[in-house]
Amino acid sequence: MIAFDRVSKRYPQGHEALSEVSFTIDSDEMVFLTGHSGAGKSTLLKLIMLMERPSRGQVVVNGQNLKAMKPSRIPLLRRDIGVVFQNHQLLFDRTVFDNVALPLLIAGYSPRDTGRRVRAALDKVGLLAREKSMPITLSGGEQQRVGIARAVVNKPSVLLADEPTGNLDPALSAEIMQLFEQFNQVGVTVLVASHDLALISRLHHRILTLRQGRLIAQGAGD
Amino acid sequence: MAVGASQSRTGLGDRLRSWQVHHRLSALDSLSRLLRSPVSSLMTWLVIGIALALPVGLSVALDNARSVSVGWDSPAQISLFLRSEVSMDAAGLLRERILERSDVASARLVSRDQALEEFRQLSGFGDILQNLDDNPLPNLVLVTPLGGDGQAQRAAELQLALQDEAGVERAVLDMEWVQRLNALVELSQRAVGALGAILCLGVLLVIGNTIRLAIENRRQEILVIKLVGGSDAFVRRPFLYTGFWYGLGGALLAWLVVAVALWWLRGPMATLALLYQSDFVLEGLGFLDSLGLLVAGALLGLLGAWLAVARHLSAVQPR
Ligand SMILES: Nc1ncnc2c1ncn2[C@@H]1O[C@H](COP(=O)(O)OP(=O)(O)O)[C@@H](O)[C@H]1O
Ligand SMILES: [Mg+2]
Repeated sequence: MIAFDRVSKRYPQGHEALSEVSFTIDSDEMVFLTGHSGAGKSTLLKLIMLMERPSRGQVVVNGQNLKAMKPSRIPLLRRDIGVVFQNHQLLFDRTVFDNVALPLLIAGYSPRDTGRRVRAALDKVGLLAREKSMPITLSGGEQQRVGIARAVVNKPSVLLADEPTGNLDPALSAEIMQLFEQFNQVGVTVLVASHDLALISRLHHRILTLRQGRLIAQGAGD
Repeated sequence: MAVGASQSRTGLGDRLRSWQVHHRLSALDSLSRLLRSPVSSLMTWLVIGIALALPVGLSVALDNARSVSVGWDSPAQISLFLRSEVSMDAAGLLRERILERSDVASARLVSRDQALEEFRQLSGFGDILQNLDDNPLPNLVLVTPLGGDGQAQRAAELQLALQDEAGVERAVLDMEWVQRLNALVELSQRAVGALGAILCLGVLLVIGNTIRLAIENRRQEILVIKLVGGSDAFVRRPFLYTGFWYGLGGALLAWLVVAVALWWLRGPMATLALLYQSDFVLEGLGFLDSLGLLVAGALLGLLGAWLAVARHLSAVQPR
């Protein structure tokens, strides 16, 4: 569950990136976040992960008010939120397996559990055969799927994606969105930021629309 | 609650085990990273090693010097050169008087004729002395102070007291050079201590700066780790181990440098000792000293890394 209550964000010496944004996403929902470049999509996602803090208003994730959260608790919050980035943020000095295993290493899983979970996640995104490859040898779509495997390997309750299909062709983009839908079907709250209106309006999910930091629509898709 | 749930997914025992595993991984990984760029690591190790070897080597040298001065256990002797007008009878009386003092062990009267004879035999100038019309030497009383604790101090006080005796031209304490050496050793120890402190500070800065560069190089990795929920301790760990390895490796090199230097000096020192008819042997770094050096190096490394990490790691935040 993600709830924003009149959230505003002003960057130091900047204009307001978000103004009075309020919405609620239920635990079993998959929601798209759209708007032009600069509308505030990335800022909104960063507030959920506490990469930024709101200037005003409250953000509640899974019943936890982030305002009251001590810095030492932030790692625990992030372990329960999977994130996928447009530039996938993979580490190129280690194998696909080690990239995906990173959240498990951090969370303290035994090597045996780690192996099992990493392979399950790689299987899910169709890259089980590439576990020993280096990320640089993969295509853009494959790299993105490694990023997704890493985001879900710890079975987070929330999955965030910031322009996950930005660099991909339409067919690959549709595949990626299907993956997100599968995770949503097993109970993961999914929030995907994308300006690819053509793609997201074909999928039947709620769409939050930002314009210059204001939430101008939060109705159902289509 | 989901955040709580993610904790309970792994048991406490598992978490402890994996914590140990991560320590081992971090330790090995940071060591293998250092070994993968051997040239630059060796440079850092050498800088640290030389900086540590200097004060350690000097203090080994001082310890040896001190063992020379402490090992000088022949009792001090005070030579009283009497005025030329003091007769042998008066000199005998003076000797009796001195013997009564509580801080004197023994006193021996050496007449100017005896002194000349001894000098003739010892110096090898016999022929020249034969041609002298007049004996230039004064009558002499050789006084041995009481030995025991603080004998140097008491001998010095005795010397001052005897200097004031009537008929005494000059009182010379033969232990003076030992005292000078002692004072010099003490002074040098302070100087080496100060030098050591400065060089340790240098080592801290070198390690701190090296770790700062390592943090800069692994910026992307740090960002990703923080994004997927790595705690500060988790992010810190590999850098602390890196500092540890730098410090330990530097200390090992320092030990090696000192050992080689001592080995290099051992031969000439033995020859020198032989010339002085001394059984002096050059003492190297003992087991405890060596252990201390390694521990100190490793701790310096950890501390330097800690300082760098505290200063620079918090600046790396995902944005
Ligand atoms: N770190 C930052 N400092 C200052 N301004 C920022 C920062 N990040 C984003 N902004 C500004 O905030 C606004 C919203 O940006 P962003 O959330 O990235 O939008 P979007 O992801 O929809 O393109 C933009 O005007 C952007 O320039
Ligand atoms: Mg953006």
